[in-house]
Amino acid sequence: MESLLDMTGGLLLVAGAAFLLLGGLGLWRMPDLFNRIQAGAKTTTLGTILILAGTAFLHPEWGFKLLLIGLFLLFTNPLSSQVLARAAHRRGIETSPKTSVDLLADSLSEQDMPEKLPSEKTLSDKGIEEKS
Amino acid sequence: MVETLIAFAALLTGIAFLFALLRFIKGPSTFDRVIAFDVLTVVSITFIVLSALIEERGIYLDVALVYALLSFLGVIAIARYLEGRF
Repeated sequence: MESLLDMTGGLLLVAGAAFLLLGGLGLWRMPDLFNRIQAGAKTTTLGTILILAGTAFLHPEWGFKLLLIGLFLLFTNPLSSQVLARAAHRRGIETSPKTSVDLLADSLSEQDMPEKLPSEKTLSDKGIEEKS
Repeated sequence: MVETLIAFAALLTGIAFLFALLRFIKGPSTFDRVIAFDVLTVVSITFIVLSALIEERGIYLDVALVYALLSFLGVIAIARYLEGRF
């Protein structure tokens, strides 16, 4: 007969893995880059933290290291996804046709920020022209 | 029972890894590959934690921590490079 602690830990592990699976599925199925960033970053943060919590239930003596990894992921995962999304926006990556609101572009035009950097496509076009 | 749950969690994580790997291969833009790489590293961290559970070795958690640190730095560096300013 296994203790309640072990069963709770195992169920938390499966729940976290299910969130990771949903994140991977969203990464594969979502229509454009920004949706993929949302699907990838949020679900993997929650899924990983659930798996770390489940591991802490199974092995309470590892608690401190697991807490450290969890806190680190909690800080860095949103940061990296935000930096990626901003870089993609500055590069002028196309959004899905269903997207109707672009608040970042609106606030950038209000603040009179510098123009967007040329997108990858125009950069490669220029390269071809220079060569020819 | 707990071993079965751990194996099931590892199976689900492996399927998630496969989906992220498909997106990494397909692209189509560089940013898609970078976000797929980000997800792949986070999924790998959970793989390391699960293998620490299966092998009953706490030292693997140190590996997971260093791996998280380095993958975060890698993603930030690539994103800043693609953004065009350092």
